[in-house]
Amino acid sequence: MNPVITGRVLRTRRETLSLRVDGRTFTVCVVTVLALLAVMTVTLTTGEYPLSVGEVLGAVTGAGEGAADFIVNTLRMPRLLTAVLVGAALAASGAILQGLTRNSLGSPDIIGFNNGAATGALTVIIVVGGSMYQVAIGALLGAVITALLIYLFSFTRGVQGFRFVLIGIGLNALALAVNSYLITRANLYDALSAQAWLLGSVNGRGWEHVTAAALALAVLLPLALYHSRALAMMELGDDSAKALGVGVQRSRAVLIVTSVLLAAFATAAAGPIAFVALAAPQLARRLTRSSSPGLVSSALMGALLLAAGDLLIQRMFPTAQLPVGTATGCLGGLYLIWLLASEWRGKARYA
Amino acid sequence: MPSPGDAIASRAESPKKQTRLYAEDLTLAYEQAVVATDLSVEIPDGSFTVIIGPNACGKSTLLKALARMLKPKTGGVHLDGKLISSYRSREVARRLGLLPQTSIAPSGITVGDLVARGRYPHQKLLRQWSSEDEAVVTESMKLTGVLELSGRLVDELSGGQRQRVWLAMVLAQQTSILLLDEPTTFLDIAHQVEVLDLCADLHEDKQHTLVAVLHDLNQACRYGTHLIVMRPGGEIAAQGNPSEIITAELVEDVFGLPCRVIDDPETGTPLIVPNARKKRSEDDGPVAVHEHATL
Repeated sequence: MNPVITGRVLRTRRETLSLRVDGRTFTVCVVTVLALLAVMTVTLTTGEYPLSVGEVLGAVTGAGEGAADFIVNTLRMPRLLTAVLVGAALAASGAILQGLTRNSLGSPDIIGFNNGAATGALTVIIVVGGSMYQVAIGALLGAVITALLIYLFSFTRGVQGFRFVLIGIGLNALALAVNSYLITRANLYDALSAQAWLLGSVNGRGWEHVTAAALALAVLLPLALYHSRALAMMELGDDSAKALGVGVQRSRAVLIVTSVLLAAFATAAAGPIAFVALAAPQLARRLTRSSSPGLVSSALMGALLLAAGDLLIQRMFPTAQLPVGTATGCLGGLYLIWLLASEWRGKARYA
Repeated sequence: MPSPGDAIASRAESPKKQTRLYAEDLTLAYEQAVVATDLSVEIPDGSFTVIIGPNACGKSTLLKALARMLKPKTGGVHLDGKLISSYRSREVARRLGLLPQTSIAPSGITVGDLVARGRYPHQKLLRQWSSEDEAVVTESMKLTGVLELSGRLVDELSGGQRQRVWLAMVLAQQTSILLLDEPTTFLDIAHQVEVLDLCADLHEDKQHTLVAVLHDLNQACRYGTHLIVMRPGGEIAAQGNPSEIITAELVEDVFGLPCRVIDDPETGTPLIVPNARKKRSEDDGPVAVHEHATL
């Protein structure tokens, strides 16, 4: 008999376990992981001091010599892992929010989470004059407060994705204005460090950034994954989802909180990096040809995008210290345009 | 002004408590706008209940309350002997299915995948597609005649086919109570009859209890075994078997439409024939019948 559903079904003999796996999504995830591993290998082995794969492995396992150990474990690895984790967190945050708002513009960098986080960070840098840790906490608070404001303005009268996005865009503009104002009020030294933070970069990130981002991902991603089935059901509309037994309000609240915290932690670790949260889920969605961005495929795509972008600017402009956001913007933007264009030329089926 | 409908309205009698689904003393409101007060209805087990009434009288609102989509301000809906609000959402979804007026098919989804979503209340995180799920979904699609469409994209289907797919999804929920909010809207007459025939089959062959909101009085009389007639303001004007309660006086009282009620030549059920325009204007001036979206 023909299977009635798409994808493959894996079942244990007594059916205590039965899983649905979409073949295409699985392939996309595997290919993305392979590409990510390739980018990581190139990042760790090339540069001003080329290392062999053996030397890198030695350093990672703790058996490396002094120079290789320093280059891998102090310089390259923390930066690389920060890029990978921050990319994954931003993309996952974007995938959740785009799914919830049913709008591809409903991503944290468009609706003000990132700039709200920046407002928090700038306030700490300029008004309080705090340390890097305090700046990170300021960024976290900034993002959370922005999200709360959007929630208050848009969610009190029913949930409509479009309304949420529009209010977010408004708050984003507000946050940008506040940020500009803060910089004009700062002295030169503070303004410089504020501007450096605003660029959004994984340059000079240490293990503390890696740990923070990894912890956030380890807690928030499983939570989001657990609720992602509810998210998929909400695609049918709130009424249908409720009728099918989805706890719409609760799942939505949990998902929004995870999305905000993922974006907030990522921004606290690496500054406001634009475009990853917007583009990675869209890239993943189009590659997997699914109706909404998948969480795992998006997170992997975000990790790849940011790691590849950082590799690109490190190797192509070794002295310029470009923010990684410029590279992700170029890479992801071009790829997205290409995908959209080829999609429209073909059948506009998944637009 | 006492109206003929009041005489047969069963609001005065308190609902018999043994039916699976009934509502008692509901006050229904969206935000501050009160749609209905003191609303008590009973859905007879195994009936094909049809809720009718003028636009914006609160038909859909009542259906939403019965399905726990809308929390009543006062009063309560009872399902299988307990307040519906005391169940977990999944448990409600295993006992009662609802086809809302607007459902969104995710773009690029196949018919089979959409119908499979109806299994959600029976699935778990690591039990995503058992052979039982597959059997139920296949059976639901067979019943609604969409099995051969399973690989097609929902976007590519006609309105009638799509509605049958949605019905299949609700059937896959395996609930013996089905609530349908205007299942025939946006369909042409042939597809309306097709969908209603399907509902009648489900009612007769599968012994399902059906509750539907319909606009067409004649269809309601033909297919319904139990009618709930609502007045603007959410008041029940009459409820009972269509042949017993539908009279010209009731229709004029509730809808403001002078008419004659004759026997449907096909089925013998009441058939409402509006009076000729000339005759109506002679009777009591022009009657405004507005066709706006219902609540």
